[in-house]
Amino acid sequence: MASAAPLTNAAALADVPAIELRGVTVRFMSAQRDVVALEDISFTLQPGSFLTLLGPSGCGKSTLLRVVADIIAPTAGSVRVLGHAPGEARSRREIGFVFQDSTLLPWRSAIDNVRLPLQVGSGARPARGGRNPEELLALVGLSGWEHAMPHELSGGMRQRVAIARALLGDPRILLMDEPFGALDEITRDRLNDELLHVWRETGTTILFVTHSIHEAAYLGQQVLMLAAHPGRVREIVPIELPEPRHLSIRDTAGFGALAGRLRAILETC
Amino acid sequence: MARELGIGSPAIASPRRIPEADQARARWLAAQALARWQRRLLPLIGAAALLFVWWALVAVFDVKPYVAPSPQVVALTMVQKYSVLLSNLWPTMIEAISGFALGNLVAIAIAILFVHRKWAEMAFFPIVVLINSIPVVAKAPILVLLLGNGMAPKIAIAAIICFFPTLVNMVRGLEAISPQALELMHVLSARKWEIFLRLRLPTSIPYLFSALKIAASTSVVGAIVGEWIGSQVGIGALIIQATYNFDSALLYATVITGSAFSVLFFLTIRMLERLCVRWVPHPA
Repeated sequence: MASAAPLTNAAALADVPAIELRGVTVRFMSAQRDVVALEDISFTLQPGSFLTLLGPSGCGKSTLLRVVADIIAPTAGSVRVLGHAPGEARSRREIGFVFQDSTLLPWRSAIDNVRLPLQVGSGARPARGGRNPEELLALVGLSGWEHAMPHELSGGMRQRVAIARALLGDPRILLMDEPFGALDEITRDRLNDELLHVWRETGTTILFVTHSIHEAAYLGQQVLMLAAHPGRVREIVPIELPEPRHLSIRDTAGFGALAGRLRAILETC
Repeated sequence: MARELGIGSPAIASPRRIPEADQARARWLAAQALARWQRRLLPLIGAAALLFVWWALVAVFDVKPYVAPSPQVVALTMVQKYSVLLSNLWPTMIEAISGFALGNLVAIAIAILFVHRKWAEMAFFPIVVLINSIPVVAKAPILVLLLGNGMAPKIAIAAIICFFPTLVNMVRGLEAISPQALELMHVLSARKWEIFLRLRLPTSIPYLFSALKIAASTSVVGAIVGEWIGSQVGIGALIIQATYNFDSALLYATVITGSAFSVLFFLTIRMLERLCVRWVPHPA
């Protein structure tokens, strides 16, 4: 990819943060009073990093993700995604989004769900090719299930399809809103491992919302802790665990101490 | 590794054979076969019982033929007068099917307008509710005065009677998309017509078919009610004639002919539904 692009572009890209928020505030209007969802959020995320967002419910984690994805416009502050306005990054297909609910179209097979991004957004064709739908399904461990309908798949498999769909067109930003929140623990652990595999394979920047301390610590290079009412940054905790990680790391004393620290901070949020 | 999670995956070995299980399986298969025969036979037995009770009541109480016919007389009339029945069924069929097509197409078009132009819904939906609240027997004379004595007023009545359920269901179906699906479309920079084609329209199809199944029966009702007022042909006209002539056998034969068409129409729509909507489980 780098060899195909002009050198100046590649050099410029290396310096530009993947995501940069400066003083972002989001207020929702209602008849009684304005609800402050996010207040004065600032942080910078370098390309290729994995940041998990952790906080109590109502702290605006999902809102923050939607501000980056250009679904919600901030009331104040500035958002830059790969050096552009979020809308620009979105229309260049630099953003993949995975929801808590897989949001598969029930009348389409797994492979046709992954193909959806090719069939909509005629104004915004992905600039780069990346993996094709079959390769993406293989990447998330679903080769052989291309023609299965969503109602024939388990919850974990549906979420894998959703991840494959979000990766189509090789977006440089992957936003995940509690993608494994509705799954059982065994499936969740397995998908955590596979997500780390996907992250290493694709080199994409991931912003991952969760309300699980273990998930936040296991996946993230950093954990952004948000406090609630109004949502604001409490602390950014670096996770210094050896790479590549494996699930057994959770049984180590280091991981336990880290989880304990996150829990202590969470209690003050 | 994903295969382990799958349904009917080859990773799951078939259980070891044991005699108890084989016996249990044989019993289970027998119970299934019995249930299958019950599903087929019981409705027929029910219908036969009803016919018998009808026949018995007419025979025991010596009901006069101009009050109510016996089932065998009705059956005889259906055979003897089938050409009369058929020639009167044709106009009713044409009116019902044309009204069905017209009413539903207009309802779908207006539902699409309502979903994309909220002001149109706010302005016109109350009027639609008002018109729908007028009983069909009250609407019929008005339409006959407006459209004359031909097929037009009957088609119009059938169309109006189909219109409302389809409009309401179609609006609901087009809006039954999840907020997340809409957000997904936004992230993909989908245009409004793409969201309509790829998301709203397929989502609405099961809702549409629920309405179409209602409309299939009611369109026949609409055509028949239309024929009651100033018509020489059609199932509705034949019902009126037979009643005035105290020809109860012909009256019953006519009603059965009309219902048979109505049921057939309904079943056709249901068959179409099963062909089109494969992602929603249908009750057996």
